This record gives sequence, structure tokens and C-alpha cells, in this order.
Amino acid sequence: MSLNIVVLAKQVPDTRNVGKDAMKEDGTINRAALPAIFNPEDLNALEQALRLKDANPGSTVTLLTMGLPRAAEIIREAIYRGADAGIVLTDRTLGGADTLATSYSLAQAVKKFGNYDIILGGRQAIDGDTAQVGPQIAEKLGLPQVTYAEDILDLKDGYVTVKRRLESGVETVKAPLPCVVTVNGSAAECRPRNARRVMRYKYAVSPSEKAKLAPEILAIVERRPELNLQEWSAAYVEADPDQIGLAGSPTKVKAIENVVFTAKESRCLDNSDEHIEGLIKELIANHTIG
Amino acid sequence: MANFYTDNPDLKLHLSHPLMRKIVELKERNYTEAEKFDYAPINYEDALDNYDKVLEIVGELCGGVIADNAEGVDHEGPVVENGRVTYASGTQANLDACRKAGLMGMSMPRRFGGLNFPITPYIMAADIVSRADTGFENLWGLQDCAETLYEFGNEDQKARFIPRVCAGETMSMDLTEPDAGSDLQSVMLKATEQPDGTWRLNGVKRFITNGDSDIHLVLARSEDGTKDGRGLSMFIYDKRDGGVNVRRIENKMGIKGSPTCELVYKNAKAELCGSRRLGLIKYVMALMNGARLGIAAQSVGVSEIAYREALAYAKDRKQFGKAIIEFPAVYEMLAVMKAKLDASRSLLYETSRFVDMYKVYEDIAKERSLTPDERAEMKKYSKLADACTPLVKGLGSEYCNQNAYDCIQIHGGSGFMKDYACERVYRDARITSIYEGTTQLQVVAAIRHVFTGTYKTLMDGYAEESVSEKLQPLMARAAKMVEAYEKAVATVAAVKDNQAYGDFMARRLVEMAGDTIMTYLLITDASRYESESMAKSALVYCNLAEAEVAKHSEFIATFNPSDLDSYKA
Repeated sequence: MSLNIVVLAKQVPDTRNVGKDAMKEDGTINRAALPAIFNPEDLNALEQALRLKDANPGSTVTLLTMGLPRAAEIIREAIYRGADAGIVLTDRTLGGADTLATSYSLAQAVKKFGNYDIILGGRQAIDGDTAQVGPQIAEKLGLPQVTYAEDILDLKDGYVTVKRRLESGVETVKAPLPCVVTVNGSAAECRPRNARRVMRYKYAVSPSEKAKLAPEILAIVERRPELNLQEWSAAYVEADPDQIGLAGSPTKVKAIENVVFTAKESRCLDNSDEHIEGLIKELIANHTIG
Repeated sequence: MANFYTDNPDLKLHLSHPLMRKIVELKERNYTEAEKFDYAPINYEDALDNYDKVLEIVGELCGGVIADNAEGVDHEGPVVENGRVTYASGTQANLDACRKAGLMGMSMPRRFGGLNFPITPYIMAADIVSRADTGFENLWGLQDCAETLYEFGNEDQKARFIPRVCAGETMSMDLTEPDAGSDLQSVMLKATEQPDGTWRLNGVKRFITNGDSDIHLVLARSEDGTKDGRGLSMFIYDKRDGGVNVRRIENKMGIKGSPTCELVYKNAKAELCGSRRLGLIKYVMALMNGARLGIAAQSVGVSEIAYREALAYAKDRKQFGKAIIEFPAVYEMLAVMKAKLDASRSLLYETSRFVDMYKVYEDIAKERSLTPDERAEMKKYSKLADACTPLVKGLGSEYCNQNAYDCIQIHGGSGFMKDYACERVYRDARITSIYEGTTQLQVVAAIRHVFTGTYKTLMDGYAEESVSEKLQPLMARAAKMVEAYEKAVATVAAVKDNQAYGDFMARRLVEMAGDTIMTYLLITDASRYESESMAKSALVYCNLAEAEVAKHSEFIATFNPSDLDSYKA
């Protein structure tokens, strides 16, 4: 059967090569100092999507990303690796969003897209490291969710079977479609860019990128519809202005400080009530939470 | 993650050589393919951008997957079981990655599923792959057997086999036999024609790189009762038909990931490629020329990794209170390594452009007749390619061996241990000056261009190029080297009727030609690309080459032909 696969992806600053100027004084990330890359675990998710496509001929893989217009870069990157199309959800009013506002905005875009069979995304992005957006989207769309996915073992008869990588081992679960699956970094690495696809799609552009094109390139883009990436605004996905961007984000950064890791010891707790209760009490006592 | 293309800016410079414009224009038939194929370039800039982007993929795969797997592949190696070869797991992963990235059949026409790249960017990819894993370059680089299929196969054969190569099936060229190594005229593998027009092959081949490949080009004796090269034809054997088994794989010193096979042909079905009797004298010669350029690229890749490993170690290793790179004895070695690397790379791309020029005309000649000017140009570049291929293969492979040696020397005792990559590089380097014709055979192929003046013509051309003021003193020194070269050539030519003496001196004359040509190339490249590092190498190389030329001059001038007897065992 052919599937409509949506991959959620994010263009992130490459925090693996952080220098001193990685953060600005106001506690936000200095994006200018860090190269923008395809969030690594979203590439793992893309590979799972492409494998589903390989196994189900006629399927399409659409990348959905929210960010600045330049996030079209990761759509091209995904297309070079085998994705079919992409949408950049971009709007000034979406800026400054925390995970709640982000998941709301993306959920609106997914609704607008409609007719999806499965939504895949990376477990978490390396800039915020929250791992919240995927699960929140599932909640907002009322879909089942499978997190920490390492391998999609099977997809048939309206169900997907997924191997999950957990701290204590491996778990295999089955979920009805449509559902949201967030993929772990331990999953298969994404396939490389394909030479032919790079040459074929290198001129794929979003509407806001079109303005910069030389006339002879623009002519190619106009002639070939597959080179036109979509750009959606907040209004287009019918997002409530109060729930998006800074306005829709209850998370406020209070302060930011450089921390040098000085862990002296580690303890292993199991998930018994006794241990959890003990830990919570301890964390409240030392003001880590509460 | 390392990218072996973008971390080496010289590569992109070489790709921008002025002659490339013409090569690409011809190769793309004035960009008319863009109407038929959505991945064909619309103009020169677009084409260069394509090469750049694809080489970036090559660089990324090499800097990541392939380089990371190199050590494991070297330890694990391939195995043979029940006549079939299983690659080392890393080799298999490399091949899978190259297939997915669409890096097979790079120079094949688009109508057969290829990328229609000129030889130059393809050779550049080989240079990069070799730096990551020298042995893997063989498996990947055997795709250029498709070039021979394309040149000499019939339409039906091209349509059946080339798309498979472009899709990632591997190839091999089955030439060598136990009693036919350098002397391929002695090939004995027997080919017998069947009533249905197909052939059956029987016999044994030895030292066949990737001998369990999907599609083999086989040199076999089709003419019963003949003993020389004129009784040999070329055949295509498709593994799907069966009949060829791998009896054993060699336990080699280096390039361990590349399986070197002994093959047994038992009534293996095959089809004739091209015309009977032209197997060795025409097709294998073409095949070998392509392969030699491939080994030259492989050698440059080895020089690159040897230099980088040595440089990194010399900066890191501290003795007597400072990094060893601070000592003249060490930084001289590094500068000379870099100069040899840059010189052989300049000659590599000069040669690949020559090959591109004549091959593209040959290809066009299949579609329409060439104009007299085009024919003259084809002839000119064919001759230059013929002259430069043995030069870059011979000298480039010797340089990479020298660089691998110095790389270990710089590592000192640690380099002798198995702990650093340099010992693998040293072992991998060793074969480059042996296979596809030893350095001694490259001299045999090159020497006629000493006496017919091809090299001199090249030197004269370089001497006329205008270079930046800073580099002009080097041009003057190169001109002096030309004088010394001419004098030595005249000295050797003056000794008549003494074949042994001529053969004895050939190596020196060919080296002098190579030293001089590479000096010119480094100077002109440094000037054209305004590259500081190339200018530095040009000076270091000029110092080295000048001394080498003087050494050979002196030897030739004072040598008495009658002393030759003292050299005989």
C-alpha cells in the first residue's frame, strides 16, 4: 500500500561544535556563531520514512519544518536523500516559540496537510534537547505515539510495529495508524545524498528564495513544479495567534549560566514507588524542583 | 565530520582549470542534454557546480564511512567460500553507501544511467576515495571498465551491461595469468566459439582484483594455434551465467580489503566484445591506459594521506621540549612530501584533461564526422595523454611510496607499530608502483616520447605561459632544466646500435622529463590559482627537481657505455 509519510524536522545550530560565543547575553542561542544543520535524530527519522517508502512503492515522504525561511535548506537536504517534497512553516509571528507553541503550530500544519498515515520525527533536537515536541503533537492531534523508536519492524493492516530502545533494554510495541513515532539516534543512519538527486533538485526553492534566482534558473524552476517547495504561514494553517510564537509560550528563560559538570557520584534508582518517592523528596529538599 | 573534498581546497582549484570549459562544452554537446535529462547542466557554471556538489558527497562519504571503516577492513579482509568472495563488512558498507549515493558509472552517458562526468572530476573522486581507503579505491574504481565496454562493445552490449554498472554492480578485468604477467601476449585462457555465436572460456587467471565481480572483461585466446598478442580477443563474462569460480584469494601485504583472486573458468559462457584478435592490441591497451590513470589517482590519494598523517604527528609529537615539526630535519621531510604530493597531483589533472579532450572527440566522432581542426586536436591530445599517463603513473606511484616511507620515519618508533594508520598506508602504497604495469614498464611506454619530442613540446608550451612576477625566477630555473634534459637526451641518442644502453638510461631520461614537467606545472598552477601553498611547493619542488636533473645529467654525461657489463649479475 502507498503511504503518506510526514517527517518533522528542524534546522538547528550545530551544538556539537560549541564555542564561547554560542549563547547571547540574553540567554538565547547565538545562531550566527553556529552552522545550521539538519537535526541529527531527524535524519534518523527520515531514514525510517525512506525505508517505509522503499517497502511501500508509491508512498510519498514530505518533510515539514518550522523555522526561518532558510530552513528550506534542510528540505533540499531531505530531497537529496530521497524525500519527495517539503513544507516550511514560517512566519514572524511564530518566532520565540517554546515547545508548547511549536507543537501547536506544527500540529496545525499537519492538520492542514491532512491525509497522513504516519508522522515521524527525531526524538529530540540538539538545541533544546527537550524531546517534547513529537509527543505534544501526538497529543494535540489525538494520535497514539511511540517514542525512542529504533527500528520500524513492520507496517501492515493499519498497524505499525516498532522496536523501542529504552534505558533498560528493548521493547517492541504495536500501534494503530495514523500515529506519531519519534526516532532515536541509535536507529539506522540516514542514507547519503544521491548524486543524481542533488543535480536534479539543487534548484528546488521556496517562494521567498525565488527572488534571489538568476533569470535562467528561475525559468527552470517555473518549468518544473517539483522544484517549488511550499511555504506556509501561521494564517494559512489557521493557527490561533494567542497560541503561537512568544505569546503562546508559557516558558520564560529566567537566567542562563555556564555550568561545568562536576558530578562526583552516580546512583541507580529503579522505578519502584519507594525509590521515586525518595528521589522526589530529595529534589524538593535541595530546591531542584518545586 | 571530516569532508575529504572540502578540506582540500586544491581540488576545487584543479577543477577550475581553463581547459575544463572546453571539455565540458564538448562532453555536454553544448548543453543540449538538459532538454532530455532533468539532471543535465544548462551551462558551464551549472556543470561545475554539479561536479562540486557531487564531489562534496564523495568527500563526505570518504571522510566519514570509508575512512572510518579502513582499519577494520584491513584487519578483517575478504574471505572465499565455495568459490564466492565475501567482502569485509566495512567494504560491503562502503559499497552500499557508494551505490546509494549514486557514485557508480560516474563517467557513463546519461542514457545508460550514468552521470556523464568528464574523466577529470571522476579521477578527482578516485583521488579522494584512495585517501580514505586505498584498497577500496580499486573496487570502486573498477567502474572504469565500463569505459572500455562503452568504447568497444556493440549497442546491445552497452544497453545490457552499462546500466547495471551505473546501478552499482562491480566489474573486474581478467588479464593476468600464472605465466602472463607483464607479458600479456602469453595469455593462454582458451576461448572456443559455439555454433550459436557465444563462446566458452576455459583456463585459469591469477591476481584478478575483485575477481568475483558481477561483470568481467576477459582477455582470452580465441585463435587456436597462435602464440602472440594477435591471437587474443576480449570477452564479457556475466556472473549470472556462472562457470567461473574463485579458487583462492591472495594473502597480500597491503590493500587487503581488495580481494585478489585466482579464477577457474570451466566452460564459462561469454560473449565477444569488439572484434576478434584486437583484444590485447587495442582494447586491453585502452583499458590499461584508463586503469593506469586510476592508479595514478590512487597514488596521489596515498601521498595525501601520508602527508596528512605525518604532518599531524609532527605537530603533536614533542621531543627536546618542542614539537618535532620545529626541527629542520623534520620540516624538510614534510615540505618535500608536500611538494611531491602537489607535483604529482598537478600532473594527474593535467593528464586527465588530456584524456578528457581526446576521448570526448572520439565519442563525438561516433555521432558525426569531426572537422579537420577537431581531428587535429584529438590527435594532439591523444598523444599528450599517451605521453603523460605513464609519467604520472610511474612517478606518482614512486612518490607515494616515498611519502609513505617518510610518513613512518616521522612517526619514529611509533610508526613501526600497528598503532598508527601510517603502517597501513605504507603497505597499501607498495602495490601502486607494481600493478597496471611496473614503474619499469611505464618507462618503456614513456621513453618514446622522450625521443619523439612529445615531452619537449609540452615543456615549450609551459615555458610560454605567463606567470606572476614572483614565480618568474622559478620559470628561469625550469628553462635551465630543459636545457640539461635536452643535452642528456642528445648524449643518449648519440650512442647508436646499443639497445641495452638506451634501455639502461631510459629511466633517467623519463625522470628528468617528469621532474621538469612537474616543475612547470606547479609554477603555472600556483600562478593561475594564486595559491600560496602551491607556490611554496613549486619552490621546494624546483629545488628538488633541479638537483635530480643535475644528478642524472652528471651520470649520463660521465657514463661509459662499455661499463654496462659491470652491472650484469
